[in-house]
Amino acid sequence: MLEIRTPKTGKAKRVLEKRAPKLVETGRKTLILHGTKTSATVSSVLMELYRLKKGGAIKYSRRNENIRPFESGGETSLEFFSQKTDCSIFVYGSHTKKRPDNLVLGRMYDHQVYDLIEVGIENFKSLLSFSYDKKFAPHEGTKPFICFTGEGFENVPELKHLKEVLTDLFRGEVVDNLNLTGLDRAYVCSAISPTKVFLTHCALKLKRSGTIVPRMELVEVGPSMDLVIRRNRLPNESLMKEAMRTSKDKPKKKEKNVDQDAVRGKIGKIYMPDQKLDEMHLHDKSKGRKRERKESKLLNEETDSKKNKKSSE
Amino acid sequence: METETETDQIYHIDVGNLLGFNPNHRFPSAPSSREELVKECLEEARKLVQAIANALFNFPSTETNDGPIVQLPPPTTKLPREKHVPRPKPPTKWEEFALKKGIQKRKKDKVVWDEQTDQFKRRHGYDRVNDDNDVPIIEAKATDEPGEDPFAKRLDEKKQRVGKQQKNRLQNLKAAEKAGALPSHVQLAATSLPISGTKSQPKKIGKDELGDVAGLAATSTASGGKFDKKLPGEKAPKKQGKHHKYLPVVAGRGAVNQEKEQTNNVLSKIISKHSHEILNVGKAINMYNVKKEKKKSGRSDKSGRSDKLKPKKDITKKPTNKAK
Repeated sequence: MLEIRTPKTGKAKRVLEKRAPKLVETGRKTLILHGTKTSATVSSVLMELYRLKKGGAIKYSRRNENIRPFESGGETSLEFFSQKTDCSIFVYGSHTKKRPDNLVLGRMYDHQVYDLIEVGIENFKSLLSFSYDKKFAPHEGTKPFICFTGEGFENVPELKHLKEVLTDLFRGEVVDNLNLTGLDRAYVCSAISPTKVFLTHCALKLKRSGTIVPRMELVEVGPSMDLVIRRNRLPNESLMKEAMRTSKDKPKKKEKNVDQDAVRGKIGKIYMPDQKLDEMHLHDKSKGRKRERKESKLLNEETDSKKNKKSSE
Repeated sequence: METETETDQIYHIDVGNLLGFNPNHRFPSAPSSREELVKECLEEARKLVQAIANALFNFPSTETNDGPIVQLPPPTTKLPREKHVPRPKPPTKWEEFALKKGIQKRKKDKVVWDEQTDQFKRRHGYDRVNDDNDVPIIEAKATDEPGEDPFAKRLDEKKQRVGKQQKNRLQNLKAAEKAGALPSHVQLAATSLPISGTKSQPKKIGKDELGDVAGLAATSTASGGKFDKKLPGEKAPKKQGKHHKYLPVVAGRGAVNQEKEQTNNVLSKIISKHSHEILNVGKAINMYNVKKEKKKSGRSDKSGRSDKLKPKKDITKKPTNKAK
């Protein structure tokens, strides 16, 4: 016995529709949580990350002891949270003796863990320690510039993975129209060694230059830290293929011979094959249906009837 | 998108994501001071941002109150999706039928002309056209049975139609669920286990009933359910059996000895002058007599019965004296 359950309020219906899978996706929502033990650096990193991503992030404040992203059973809680909050990228911070100041960045596909990367935090400088002219402070929710520098991001597979994850994390909403006055922040990531990435957040200063394009200047405002690559887990092949598939992947097969014209409308050409006139079939040549036969038959009947008439007379 | 700068370096620029990547810069492996390093990073980033901005500000922009708005191109970096591509919904039974028969959808007007009242009425809702309930007279046909109520029959038919439609809707949703394309606002939930063959729904047990049953089960434990670990929110079991309220024996300060009073009341009622009104002497005598008779008859009955049931003694046999 199955029962159909539909939402009773318009609001509930809209929330469900918002969470449904879409053809073209806007940015991911972030889930920020921490594990059994966190140091001061880790908790401040998580807090500042939350502030940077205010509109599209959810921060959990309690400790989560049963989340171990790299273990096979330790992901169930994460997947449950992802489903509840509709977040598809998470930042999990923890601190242990073996892995001090640890940050695990992970992505989800269909609320299942897709890939993970673990980084350690070094040389962390908080938002509050930077002094700058408050006029240039970036506003909340603006779309940031993201800059990657260094050959490491192309050569080292872990750094390549990190680049992808950081793009997803910092990207924000995918929009069609952008207001040019709202460009005021940039994330700078530089691969200073094959295992280390220097990450910082800057405000943009647009200075007048001779051309339409203003001169850009960066002022360091936000948290800056060194990320040391520890572990990572790439997605398995089939899952990656499925996740990378977009609706526009298959190029639409061009309809041959059909043309659209503003004046004439849709036109196409009909190509006739060579007509061999002597071999063309005009009518059905099966025995009982020969036209000549029929006609002759009719004629015979007429003459017969006439003959009969004559004879009778 | 790639751009060349003066130093002939190629940057990978993705304007849709406001992303810039410089794959050619090599940071010194022996790092100079931290500040130098930071400065170098910022300088490289500045160049990248400038490159992106060059592309961005050269797009055609429309002026609005908030500022110039530019149409961003779609992003070029391939990133994995967060959810699967929405799957196509399988056609419903009606849609299949319509396709086969070539039936086209026709747009219906919200307001329809009503012949009877010569005015426009809405098609659905209050005061609608051709309302089934408003028919005052139903003419009898030759095929109608004499005792049948045509209005009730109409209601029944409507109920059947509605039930059939619900069933069809459920079938369509089940097919959609199988294809993985259930609409986002619909959930199909199982209301009862399909184990038994009967179609009747299992009775829903209320909170109190559950508590009673749990209490009953608890009494079968060795300690009678007193020391069982309780779930959060579970209440203590209700006391079974008669409730004796015992009054305090020792009187409190200034309080009256309640038990003494209670016994005094009872005594005074029995011994009082009007005790015959309270005590039904006749009934008491009858009860006493009946009890007596039962006792007597019980004894005699018992002996008679036992005689018949006892095995009959054989008088011919003499008792043997074995012990000598």
